[in-house]
Amino acid sequence: MHKEFLMGNEAIAMGALAAGVNLVAGYPGTPSTEVLETIAKRNPGDVYVEWSINEKAGMEVAAGAAYSGARALVTMKQVGLNVASDPLMSLEYIGVKGGMVVLVADDPGPISSQTEQDTRTFGMFSKVPVFDPCSVAEAYEMIQEAFDFSEKYGTPVFFRATTRVDHGYESLEIKDPEEYYKNKPEGFVKDPSRWVIFPRLSVKNHALIEQRNAQLSEVLSAYPRNRICPEPGAGAGAGDGAGDGAGDGAKCRKGIASHAVNFLYTLDSLRGRNARLLRVATPFPFPEQLALQFLDGLDEVLCIEELDPVIERALTYVCGKYGLSVKIRGKKTGDLPLSGENTLEIVDRAITKFLGSGAEACREELPAPPPLPVRPPVLCAGCPHRASFYAVKKAMGRQKTIYCGDIGCYTLGNAAPLDMCDTCLCMGAGIGIAQGVGHIEPDTKCFAFVGDSTFFASGITGTINAFYNQADMTLVVLDNSTTAMTGHQPHPGTGRTVMGQIVEKVSIERVLRAIGLTVVETVDPLDHKLAVETVRRVAAEPGVKAIIFRSPCIAVTKPAGRSHVDPARCIACWKCIRELGCPALILDADGKKAKIDTSLCTGCTLCEQICPAGAISGGRKNDTAAEPGTPAKGGLHE
Amino acid sequence: MNKNILLCGVGGQGTILASRLIASAAMAKGIPIKTAETIGMAQRGGSVFSHVRIGEGANAPLIAKGDVDLIIGFEPGETVRQLPFLRKGGAVVVSRRAVMPVSAMIGQSSYDAEAMIRYLEEHVEHLTVVDADRAAEELGSARTLNVVLLGAALASGELGLTEEDLEGAIRERVPERFRDLNMRALAWDRQ
Repeated sequence: MHKEFLMGNEAIAMGALAAGVNLVAGYPGTPSTEVLETIAKRNPGDVYVEWSINEKAGMEVAAGAAYSGARALVTMKQVGLNVASDPLMSLEYIGVKGGMVVLVADDPGPISSQTEQDTRTFGMFSKVPVFDPCSVAEAYEMIQEAFDFSEKYGTPVFFRATTRVDHGYESLEIKDPEEYYKNKPEGFVKDPSRWVIFPRLSVKNHALIEQRNAQLSEVLSAYPRNRICPEPGAGAGAGDGAGDGAGDGAKCRKGIASHAVNFLYTLDSLRGRNARLLRVATPFPFPEQLALQFLDGLDEVLCIEELDPVIERALTYVCGKYGLSVKIRGKKTGDLPLSGENTLEIVDRAITKFLGSGAEACREELPAPPPLPVRPPVLCAGCPHRASFYAVKKAMGRQKTIYCGDIGCYTLGNAAPLDMCDTCLCMGAGIGIAQGVGHIEPDTKCFAFVGDSTFFASGITGTINAFYNQADMTLVVLDNSTTAMTGHQPHPGTGRTVMGQIVEKVSIERVLRAIGLTVVETVDPLDHKLAVETVRRVAAEPGVKAIIFRSPCIAVTKPAGRSHVDPARCIACWKCIRELGCPALILDADGKKAKIDTSLCTGCTLCEQICPAGAISGGRKNDTAAEPGTPAKGGLHE
Repeated sequence: MNKNILLCGVGGQGTILASRLIASAAMAKGIPIKTAETIGMAQRGGSVFSHVRIGEGANAPLIAKGDVDLIIGFEPGETVRQLPFLRKGGAVVVSRRAVMPVSAMIGQSSYDAEAMIRYLEEHVEHLTVVDADRAAEELGSARTLNVVLLGAALASGELGLTEEDLEGAIRERVPERFRDLNMRALAWDRQ
């Protein structure tokens, strides 16, 4: 054992390695990405790791490994689970041989996602057991338990962490590689009665799953991480520091049930106030017997949960089932918000109202401050996507258009002044939406913007659909040679794998031509004049046609020169500032002429090309991209 | 020792590395530490924060409003935004240099950074305003703001760490070619 300061996702990865994981697959997505990256980085050498092209592929690869007796981990964010749900729903009916953990990072808030879906609810729907860790240190231990549990009961399990666990940091004791469990996979054993899903097998296995999950509810009532604090019959203090806030809960008439990081907020909020606590570590199957013990003698329970009211519904059900007259409060009773991320303040306010006694306010209210700056996220200075959007905008002018966006950095093209993202739904959806709009409004020029990684993840089927069904649209692939938003992961177009192998690149042009597209043009968006001409020419063609804007992400290249404004030539028209919205374009000290923040400028030269007075110069593009996946900026950067 | 520290700024300013340096320094002394921070979309020029909790007794990685001992502000407006977290008598170290949001540059919002500094002066007892522009000029790099602010935070007495602790963390965490620059940045505030 040794001590390390780890991010939650790193701790989960180290826990999976300690549990003897043999294969790890996944698709990047905040807040899950660092799990797979850490496995690749800390690989003792015998673990197969891949960035799959999407979550469905990853789920299937992991299932195949688990069929063969390997311990397998598949990682994704919560919306990625939607993509992977087809194989997972069926996999639960088939089951696994080696332990298989499905890591899903939920994003209350949401901070970086489209939805606030709760994987605990998905667990109930898919009948897959769910582990819900509350801290970084616990996540390290719990994922090892999740592998054992999965293997023992022959079912995939969810390991569902939320942002504050995934992206929290803690110092914790972890195992040395010599201490890791070693799992030697037996290999795939042919048995059509087990591995081939037919309605007859589904009927049989469905019944078995329901029986098993009823038994698991009892097993999990004895799982030590599902617990009442203080323990029934014990005095104050229930170990793990969890007794600190719980007081002498045995005599309480009021109880608080919580989960994940909310359980820690509850402990911090209680600070000596008395309540009996229930911490639910496995929301599904729900530990019913433990809940009965918890409810015994209580008048009222407050459920402190994030996202869906899972515990609240389960306790309400238990009360109904056993005829208990305990009032269950939470989201459904208006005691806690129905959506959004909980904060310590929200939890503290709810507990104070519930217990009728509060900690005193720590400081007086401040008077209202001056208007605070509004900071929606923006495309980085020098981002080639800005040049791509600007070129399309200039080329199409006042024509009737729709710009369907997609998931990635380029969603930020929606912001003013570019305003080039009319729709955004989910990975790859822009290509389908552009077709649908076009069928209803044939006089609209329909564009779908998709990133390189998203194109591979889920853009190809939509493009074939467009070509086959005679759609009229322009596909714009924004190829920056990396998966930028999630931190520069390699993908099939980069020619490199997460294991460091150099592989044949999958060519986007050749994929498009193979589908049947005859107009496929590749252009550097930072060559503004040529980019505008190309868009005009391609958009005028009938049918499905494609433009590939290829220019590397600024985070994987080094600036070769930075632009500057010659104040003597600047005519203070502010065209550069107003039309590009580049964060490096600011005003000089007098607030009159444009100026360039050299700490941000990458020398992309877009502003130089559009300046009507020729006042900006000095930028220089660097055509040589660094190794994809290794941001070139060293040192003091995030 | 228990300290709650909040770092805040705009994505890309280096708040995360600063919180890592504090964590490394605390870990080297065997002090437990927990942090929570913004990663993801907000890093593209949005408001970002790191909560850092040093010492025993912290359960949650986030700090409650009114419980922060020290705010290290990389940007005046972002510091005002987080001010409700500061405890009575807590300290604030803030960079005077504003980062103008694109929305303000194109006239969609307004931002008066000097008014933010005045607000902080009125409402914070222990305030240190760091002249980031001068620091960048004298150090020859605008990218050392995080370490300059840590140096200023040392003087506030609320960091719970010594200069030697942070020097050790810089040696551990910063690539060698940037080490000397960062050592000078750490000492800059006390020149």
